[in-house]
Amino acid sequence: MRLADYEPVVGRSVIEELRALGQRLKGKVVRNINSTAVGGGVAEILNRMIPLLNELGLRARWDVIKAGEKFFSVTKKFHNMLHGKKERLSQEEIDLFLSTSEENVKKMNLRGDIVFVHDPQPIVLIKKKKLIKKAKWIWRCHIDISRPQPQVWDFLKPYVEEYDASVFSSPSFAQELKIGQFLIPPSIDPLSDKNKELPQPTIDEALRKFNISRKKPVIVQISRFDYLKDPLGVIDVYRLVKKYVDCQLVLAGSTAADDPESNEVLAKVQEKAKGDKDIHVLSVPAASDIEINALQRAASVVLQKSIREGFALTVTEALWKGCPVVASAVGGIPLQIRHKFSGLLSRTTEGTAFWVKQLLNSPEYARELGAAGREHIKQNFLLTRHLRDYLLLFLALYHGEDIVNI
Amino acid sequence: MPKFSKAQQPFVFYTRLHLQQLTGLKARDLKTLLKGINKVSGSVIYHHTHRFLQQHQFLSPEPPNDFAYWVTEVLGEHKLGEELASIDTIQFPTIRALREKLSQTIQGHIRYMEESGLGQFRVSSEEEQFHFVKTISFVFPTPYVARNLLEFAKILKKITINSIYFHVFEAKLRLEKGVNDFSYWIDTSCARPDLAQELARLDPYTHTLEGLRKKIIELIEQRIKEIKG
Repeated sequence: MRLADYEPVVGRSVIEELRALGQRLKGKVVRNINSTAVGGGVAEILNRMIPLLNELGLRARWDVIKAGEKFFSVTKKFHNMLHGKKERLSQEEIDLFLSTSEENVKKMNLRGDIVFVHDPQPIVLIKKKKLIKKAKWIWRCHIDISRPQPQVWDFLKPYVEEYDASVFSSPSFAQELKIGQFLIPPSIDPLSDKNKELPQPTIDEALRKFNISRKKPVIVQISRFDYLKDPLGVIDVYRLVKKYVDCQLVLAGSTAADDPESNEVLAKVQEKAKGDKDIHVLSVPAASDIEINALQRAASVVLQKSIREGFALTVTEALWKGCPVVASAVGGIPLQIRHKFSGLLSRTTEGTAFWVKQLLNSPEYARELGAAGREHIKQNFLLTRHLRDYLLLFLALYHGEDIVNI
Repeated sequence: MPKFSKAQQPFVFYTRLHLQQLTGLKARDLKTLLKGINKVSGSVIYHHTHRFLQQHQFLSPEPPNDFAYWVTEVLGEHKLGEELASIDTIQFPTIRALREKLSQTIQGHIRYMEESGLGQFRVSSEEEQFHFVKTISFVFPTPYVARNLLEFAKILKKITINSIYFHVFEAKLRLEKGVNDFSYWIDTSCARPDLAQELARLDPYTHTLEGLRKKIIELIEQRIKEIKG
């Protein structure tokens, strides 16, 4: 995609502003580092962002750390603990994390003007800061760390404080840090396969493929199979609703390369859904964007019953499509949904079921919520706004004042 | 004098973009909110009194400041919420003066509650506490320059909404110019003091940004029509 392709969606002036900012950063080498090239929100955003940064005149690069399954089991534990789950890291796990990180520190080329490190997996790369003079280092945290387990945060914090700046997705994730903390919510790409407009035959074809009937309302939750997304709780919600409204449930998601736990969760979900033909548990490959798009567009209600969240891009996607959404008031979800205005927020299984029933029984209200939700996403959570914030962040690294004339 | 003579000085349209910086400061009740308001930089006060305008451009009416919204929705202090919401931001020439008013209003309510024994101060849950955030503004010129009132109106129709925001809100309050840039230019460079005053009298806080653009264009075009006779 090129910047001009976004003009019909966001308007000409937005694109002009991006070009003006790009001119002021022309030639800067921005090196993005994360842990996986496919699966998960970070890889998705980088895939879109890198070509646009290059088109704007920056020299954006994207590298992935090299690590094995054991390393990712440890970083999955980091992830869970940062989300607040009570677990303990053993010394062996810490050693494994550090030794793999050291190998990456030695092998990776991190030369550039700005080194942009995403999430905890590559965090130790900051050790290379002294070797790359004048480079600015940013740590971008995509995770809800509002209530981290002290063991993991105490371990990571000294690394974070070596960076020049940090970035969080929600104000509630802010920590006491010696470095600047910027607030940049993530975004979705309105032109990607996952979010673009789809013709009705494509939606129908996807429903046929997954054997989903158009005759009954469809409740959909899209998310990878992860305890923190509470897919088992979603089945409980469906069963409470099903007592009153004959509906179907679709639980669809992929498994990510850096999440070894997802197969276990998928098995438990399949076990719980067994025997109910109206529950569709779909483990789809990472490259199923059109199908995911079609499922969201076919949904009567979209659910995101997460226990913990980063920003919850699946909520952004659903709102952008004008779907009525019921989601837990966790992580970045309240930034996207104002209760009863752009969607509905819930805190319990019973509450979630209550709101789903309301929406299924009041389609006009559901439509109004969906339309307001789409407008809110258009104003605040599309890729162009995200790109603009990153450009401003890069500029902020070179200025200390609150009003910057550029 | 020709009807649309060249302005003494051309009007260069600037724009501004915002980046949000977290301060790490939080509040869970009225007293910690007050403490925060008295302590934070002007850029934080500016953020919380102007964020709604930008993030909910399509909405009207909306709670005009974050303090009013939080006090009402989270602490359930509806009377104080209304007092904070009705603070007439346009009347304040500086952020300092606006901060003072916010602070006095909350202080007054705390005193009232303490003296009348109206009960306990409510405390928010951890999830719903107030986070103080700062706005960093990046200001830069656009390619658009108006040399007379006609050109000015034409550009207003297509310029980014951020430019209108900058010249109306940011220039007056944050840059402490005392009046919005449009009124100043129309008065001093176009010699149209009546129109300048009309624009200065607008309360921009009661419009959506697009609504404001429309209103400004309407006033200018009306005047252009009158001049043309």
